[in-house]
Amino acid sequence: MSSVEAIPQTADYVRILPELVLSLFGIVVMMLEPLIDERRNQQALGTLSLIGSVAAILASLYQAAYPGFAFWNMVKVSNFSVFFHVLVTTVAAIVILTSYEYMSVERIRAGEYYSLILLGTVGMCLMSSAVELVLIFIALEISSISTYILVGFRRGEAASSESSLKYFLLGSFATAFFLYGIAIIFGASGSTNFDKISQVLSSEHVPALAYVGIALMFIGLAFKVAAAPFHIWTPDVYEGAPAPIVGFMSTAPKAAVFAVLLRILFEANAPGRMWLIWVSAALSMCLGNIAALVQTNIKRLLAYSSIAHAGYLLIAFATAPEVGISAAMFYAAAYAAMNVGAFAVVSHFANAGERYVTLDDYAGLGRRSPTLASTLTIFLLSLIGIPVTGGFFAKFYVFSAALRANLVGLTIIAIINSAIAAYYYLRIIVVMYMREEREEVPIMHIPLALGAALVISLAATIYLGILPGRLLGYAQRAATEVLPSQGASTSGTAFALPK
Amino acid sequence: MIHWVLFLVFGAISVAGAVNLLAQRHPINSALSLIAVLASLAVEYLLLGAEFVAAVQVIVYAGAIMVLFVFTIMLLNAGEEERTRGSRVAIVFGIPGMLIASILIAWILVRYSDTGAVRVGALAGTPTAIAPLLFHDFLLPFEVTSVLILIAIMGAVVLASREPARTSAERGQG
Repeated sequence: MSSVEAIPQTADYVRILPELVLSLFGIVVMMLEPLIDERRNQQALGTLSLIGSVAAILASLYQAAYPGFAFWNMVKVSNFSVFFHVLVTTVAAIVILTSYEYMSVERIRAGEYYSLILLGTVGMCLMSSAVELVLIFIALEISSISTYILVGFRRGEAASSESSLKYFLLGSFATAFFLYGIAIIFGASGSTNFDKISQVLSSEHVPALAYVGIALMFIGLAFKVAAAPFHIWTPDVYEGAPAPIVGFMSTAPKAAVFAVLLRILFEANAPGRMWLIWVSAALSMCLGNIAALVQTNIKRLLAYSSIAHAGYLLIAFATAPEVGISAAMFYAAAYAAMNVGAFAVVSHFANAGERYVTLDDYAGLGRRSPTLASTLTIFLLSLIGIPVTGGFFAKFYVFSAALRANLVGLTIIAIINSAIAAYYYLRIIVVMYMREEREEVPIMHIPLALGAALVISLAATIYLGILPGRLLGYAQRAATEVLPSQGASTSGTAFALPK
Repeated sequence: MIHWVLFLVFGAISVAGAVNLLAQRHPINSALSLIAVLASLAVEYLLLGAEFVAAVQVIVYAGAIMVLFVFTIMLLNAGEEERTRGSRVAIVFGIPGMLIASILIAWILVRYSDTGAVRVGALAGTPTAIAPLLFHDFLLPFEVTSVLILIAIMGAVVLASREPARTSAERGQG
């Protein structure tokens, strides 16, 4: 093994290449900001970070040819990690495209903004490839702290600072739970590496401490993905944060945390996960959807919708690993595509100071800006889960995996919730097309960068809705790598299933 | 025997310090009791054989970070905290909940600690033992921490800069 070698080899660096590229561009963007003329720096720095994130996507694809461990079992490059790398970096690229217009309207300092996005993406990428709890913890903190700061970027708004502080305090609290969980898992298994943890947890005699450790880690991670009952922060933070950042933080860090959760629950073969997931998934769906019904602010509405979607996604974690992992991965990708797109529309429409974010402002949008309205409609239909959109197959795979795992009760709750959710998504569409327009809401011309962001996310949403096979096939191949190597993979379903 | 006594004494001090931290109304008193907690934890680490961590605990936490804490409190001239209604809710629900959770975890720790793979004193805690871990096995996390620190610095700059870009750009136009 490479543990004999004293110095990292070239292969080690290739296996963290996307992270290296992103850090490099992040630092360059940060350093260039004071050197470039203030009038032009927004555009220039945005383009530079866009190049950085595209380079990171290419690096992740290049990296796929060199699977294996790096840095003495810290990082494991596999189809699984490449999937999440590409997902997270693509979301970053789309968000950077969305931010072009937003930055000039809101006059946000570009250097820190873009480099925080890039450096935060470093953490999210590492989360998906790390197989060591210590590294996962540091990566999680990188991604969390960068989002805490990005949330507070609307300096003029009190709401933004408030949501940043709220998110920071509650997030640090959740991190403490996660860290405590790691410490207890270390106490139970004697290691922080997934290989060894998996061995201990797959054995006949699972230490009781491991249950506590898994539960504590789940609390920490459930907070980060806004799953109930740790979701209270979500609406306030989403309301105060800059709209493109909400699109970012509701997809990329969540996908990365779900990758960690997949590893902890499946690769480490966590015992007793069933009840945790069952309760959290059911609560997230119900609380998220019911609270979303009464929202009038579109950002709050989408915040509750994202809680509900975290619930649907969590269902996949309660199923058999063979189908659950790929279903969760597919869901994460489809959700990222549609949600980032929806927030791109919201941030364009919100205008300076995010003035137009209530449902009433969307009245008559269908007539005044057919392009914008129809794009948003497709994203909303996808969020409902209408066929021919990515959202349909995402839900379909998760629900069928749940039925195969005999989770009838949970599936029924999920389907009822999907029906409830249709109401508030359709309400936006109805308001856009059927209500009288309000003249005072200005409709701005769609700039090129935003158009590109919308086209990419729209294409991804529809592609996943028509030809889901390729991505699902890839996810299934990736899933086999996450399963514990021994034949113990079935033990996950051996726990009592609540009916 | 002496280990047992030391453990009990400093364990009691750290718990008492933590409770006092929450009970005190003035931030300075809270900060001072936090120093007591951190220092007594350092002794506990020492008892576990983790010399390096104990030293770092004293130098970094009880030393550097607490100095910053106290400085900040003094500079802000923070007064006594005001109790709101929310605090009473915390007393009714939060404290019993916290107690139950800690007792549960403590019970499992005590009851099942024998089955775990890690035993007290099983890990070498000398600097010689830690160096290869830090600079070889855990080299990547160690290096990645620099990104974390960079982000934290950037965040401090962003949040502390008094003048948002909005006003400076407007001044440029006008």
